[in-house]
Amino acid sequence: MDQAYGIFLYIISLLTMGGIYAILALGLNIQFGFTGLFNAGIAGFFVVGAYVSAILTTAPSARHLGGYELPVVVGLVAAMVVSGAIGWIVGRVCIRLRADYLAIATIGIAEILRLILKNETWATNGARGVSMVPKPFETLPEPWNQLGLMALVLSIVAVLYFLLERARTAPWGRVMSAIRENEPAARAAGKNVEAFRIQAFVTGCAVMGLAGGLTAHYLKFIDPNAAEPVTATFLVFVMLIIGGSGNNKGAILGAMLIWTVWSATELVTSRILPDDWAIRSAYMRVFLIGLVLQIVLQRFPGGILPERRLRVAKDKKRYN
Amino acid sequence: MMDFINFHLMPGIILGSIYALGGIGISMTFGILRFANFAHGETMTLGAYFAFTLIQLTGWHPIAVLPFAMILTAVVALGIDRVFYKPFRARPAIMLVIASFGMMLMIRSAIQFSWGVQLKSLMPGIQRPYILFDALRISPKHMLIIGSALVLMLAVHVLLSRTKIGKAMRAMADSPELARLTGIDTEMVIRATWVVGASLAAAAGVLLAIDTHVETMMGFKLLLPVFAAAILGGIGRPYGAMAGGLIIGIAEELSSYAWIGNEPLLAPGYKAGVAFAIMVAMLIWRPSGLFRGKVF
Repeated sequence: MDQAYGIFLYIISLLTMGGIYAILALGLNIQFGFTGLFNAGIAGFFVVGAYVSAILTTAPSARHLGGYELPVVVGLVAAMVVSGAIGWIVGRVCIRLRADYLAIATIGIAEILRLILKNETWATNGARGVSMVPKPFETLPEPWNQLGLMALVLSIVAVLYFLLERARTAPWGRVMSAIRENEPAARAAGKNVEAFRIQAFVTGCAVMGLAGGLTAHYLKFIDPNAAEPVTATFLVFVMLIIGGSGNNKGAILGAMLIWTVWSATELVTSRILPDDWAIRSAYMRVFLIGLVLQIVLQRFPGGILPERRLRVAKDKKRYN
Repeated sequence: MMDFINFHLMPGIILGSIYALGGIGISMTFGILRFANFAHGETMTLGAYFAFTLIQLTGWHPIAVLPFAMILTAVVALGIDRVFYKPFRARPAIMLVIASFGMMLMIRSAIQFSWGVQLKSLMPGIQRPYILFDALRISPKHMLIIGSALVLMLAVHVLLSRTKIGKAMRAMADSPELARLTGIDTEMVIRATWVVGASLAAAAGVLLAIDTHVETMMGFKLLLPVFAAAILGGIGRPYGAMAGGLIIGIAEELSSYAWIGNEPLLAPGYKAGVAFAIMVAMLIWRPSGLFRGKVF
């Protein structure tokens, strides 16, 4: 019975964290899947969101800025605003250049943000991080508190999915895929390519900030290395590309699938292997997930759920 | 004044010559293969680890094993290109960026798996600096680093200006279509680019390891300044990358000099931000770089 209850709690944590990764993958899908923008600094936008929400909602502490004790909702909205604003600045600088430059600039901004969070100890408590972040539903008895947070995360995933599907099938989404597929043609049709790209980039960054905020509340703690920056960024790319870049269902499926494999292999290897081999196998895991990505990129570039092309409305009427 | 030269300008030149070597490779692959190679930092790390193992096996001096570390790294780079990058030649460049992003983590985790994550040293022991003209202090290993970097940059210059393959590389960086029309074997040039880029990256890694130590994140820490050097010099411009590397290295070290009053101008913790700031400034005002390179 105890074991079954343990497994039950494990599945809840799997779905909660998987849901947070699904939000990240949906955010990346707006940037990379819809529009072809390469964001190599996902972890940066994520961690900024986490800090903003944590600092705004936590009780006063001598170790870091804060003590505003605002409701979690306010923290999450502020996380989206700040991450989006940083995305806007980065976007303004390099959106007119090719995707490579954006990739370099975003990996740079993620490093700079980490430096700031580490060095400005008066605001962030440096490497020791911000703790005692409030967790929604934490006053409820177990397992209801865990279930409540899971429900919150999964309903945010559902709402985001609904909104992004609307955006994708709306004229806005069609302009996005036009820009990705044939930029000169989109330009010739009179679309302001830069403005549309910045909109997509900023929206994606704001969604990543939201995921960061949720993580801070879920873990009740955040530090500059909450996630090993490049591995975390890479994991989200793997999720999106394996799930199906450009497809919102694919993003969610990829996130849940890859997170389950990632977390389950960690659990298994740390239980059955001796310590030094468990550490080594962690590196092997990164290597293997990289190899899987390379194979998917070369052989199955569409992923599990490939992007579904939109039919022109006229066709729909005729064939349905 | 001597403090300025000994503790800021000299370290800047040393760091800058390491960036310059790394920058040449990234600028050439960007110019010729048309993608930002994120795995370049890890190529530098790999070179340093090869040198470490070669020293363990032979007991030679780091500079003596350097050519062999460069060859081994170049072979690995050719293999990676054949298996992981070649299939994407005819596909959008963004695929290559993702593939190299994945490759960055694959190389790093393979290094962590095979060598472990403890710090290692290529040249154990502390060296007393030479004192020139009563005031200029320079340690033997720093002379070694600057000397080797100069020799390698001279070799790149001879290769690019005096040999057929070097001229073909420059032609292809200028215009791949025109190069193909004149009958240049583009696959051959691509292979040559990997050999030059990867072996110089390995050299940069080994020289950095001589200055500090060998560790698995050393290449990733170099990636941003090296990209900045390539963009500052102009993409596809090897001489630009050399100049860019030196400028970035010196700027990073001078940023913590007490220019005004007695406090460092910029807290040393933010040194890594200098390269990024220079890069962003270039992207805003002059994306083609100082030497009029490519802009994609």
